Amino acid sequence: MKYTEDHEWLQAEGDLVTVGITDHASEQLGDVVFVELPETGRTVSAGDEICVIESVKAASDIRAPLDGEIVEVNQEIADNPGLVNEDPTGRAWFFKMRLADPAKLDGLMDAAAYKDLIG
Amino acid sequence: MADLKRTGLYQLHLDLGAKMVPFAGYEMPVQYPMGVLKEHLHTRAAAGLFDVSHMGQILLSPRSGRLEDAALALERLVPVDVAGLGEGRQRYALFTDEAGGILDDLMVANRGDHLFVVVNAACKEADFAHLKAGLPDCDLGMVSDRALLALQGPRAEAALARLVPDVVDLRFMDVAIRQWDSAELWISRSGYTGEDGFEISVPDRFAEAFARRLLAMEEVAPVGLGARDSLRLEAGMCLYGHDIDTTTSPVEADLVWAIQKARRAGGARAGGFPGAPRILRELAEGAARRRVGLRPEGRAPMREGTEIYAAPEGGAAIGRVTSGGYGPSIEAPMAMAYLPADLAEGATVWGDVRGRRLPATIAPMPFQPTSYKR
Repeated sequence: MKYTEDHEWLQAEGDLVTVGITDHASEQLGDVVFVELPETGRTVSAGDEICVIESVKAASDIRAPLDGEIVEVNQEIADNPGLVNEDPTGRAWFFKMRLADPAKLDGLMDAAAYKDLIG
Repeated sequence: MADLKRTGLYQLHLDLGAKMVPFAGYEMPVQYPMGVLKEHLHTRAAAGLFDVSHMGQILLSPRSGRLEDAALALERLVPVDVAGLGEGRQRYALFTDEAGGILDDLMVANRGDHLFVVVNAACKEADFAHLKAGLPDCDLGMVSDRALLALQGPRAEAALARLVPDVVDLRFMDVAIRQWDSAELWISRSGYTGEDGFEISVPDRFAEAFARRLLAMEEVAPVGLGARDSLRLEAGMCLYGHDIDTTTSPVEADLVWAIQKARRAGGARAGGFPGAPRILRELAEGAARRRVGLRPEGRAPMREGTEIYAAPEGGAAIGRVTSGGYGPSIEAPMAMAYLPADLAEGATVWGDVRGRRLPATIAPMPFQPTSYKR
């Protein structure tokens, strides 16, 4: 598992990665009530705001962690946003993307580095 | 959080695991480990305990000893029938300014030989000065040694009655003084959630013990400011500084129910409050815009500041959202906005959410039915 400074996790299989938000991010957001997902087939650049999460408190963006193409989104969290609080690193994945350059994964944090980040 | 004040229940909040945030100059609990959503639902299903000690509690005593003198003096600052308020009763009021805007909203209670007023935390110093200037023949006291708790929800009566049995005799908007232990409690049957419930002023040195006794009861959970906001919004109630302020008149704010007949044209004490010319004119002729409820279609909340349009594209904004979010009990987004008064309930408007115009229906408030014990 790899992590970004925006509190996303990435699980890679070759050039395909599954992306979600971390337990820490889920706790900080509070109860999630709305999720807007990107369209499949969309080409994105690292840093693009591609999802919106609304909690009872506020709206937050999820950014594309790396360059690539969105190949699948998790409709289950759009239908049941509370799943993002219940199982953020499992069933509540957000999208799968095909990376333009899988080697870029090496530049992201590992679990130990992410743990240091969130203290 | 330097320079922030703390209520007498600060340590209790920490012990309960609250997340503390700055609010109106105080460090206040926004939520407890239960979380905003469950705290909200718990209040509607059982009972929630809120610390609202940051609010201003003010005593107004007429030097003449005649309550009517204080009531009539206060009527010079509010478009509300205070003189007609019976002993042991409370009502909602508004401080208006000369332009007909709203300086603050408040509760005023008749306690026999004096009035008791509760005002918003952010306005309390200004309100006190305003009262002092406006009521020279009254003695004013800002209560500084009492906490204020709200116990709200369908089980609030049963919970409070274990400590103070005769609260069951109070009706909605009654006020009474009751004893608990050796503490004098100032109790009103009212609140800010749309539920039956009580607001209880407790001497500081008893406040934590009193709160812990309530929290030890199975049906009572602590509830923070986050759920307080979603509860009041579902109940269609205004938040000062957001839904009402000096730029909104009581008629625009759809608060005409707070202006009793005695203060309207033809009434026994018509006018005589700040901004009366405008407010009486708007009562007769209506205002050009009005605070309404909005039910966005779909799930995306329309937050405060969302611009509202008459059409799915083109045209200028016709209004904006003043409070908006997700309603845990109605399981849908909800909002309040000021819109042209000719738009009827049921009309569709469009809110700009992140650059896209999404439809919303003008809807009656409250969004969630209230359940007061009248």
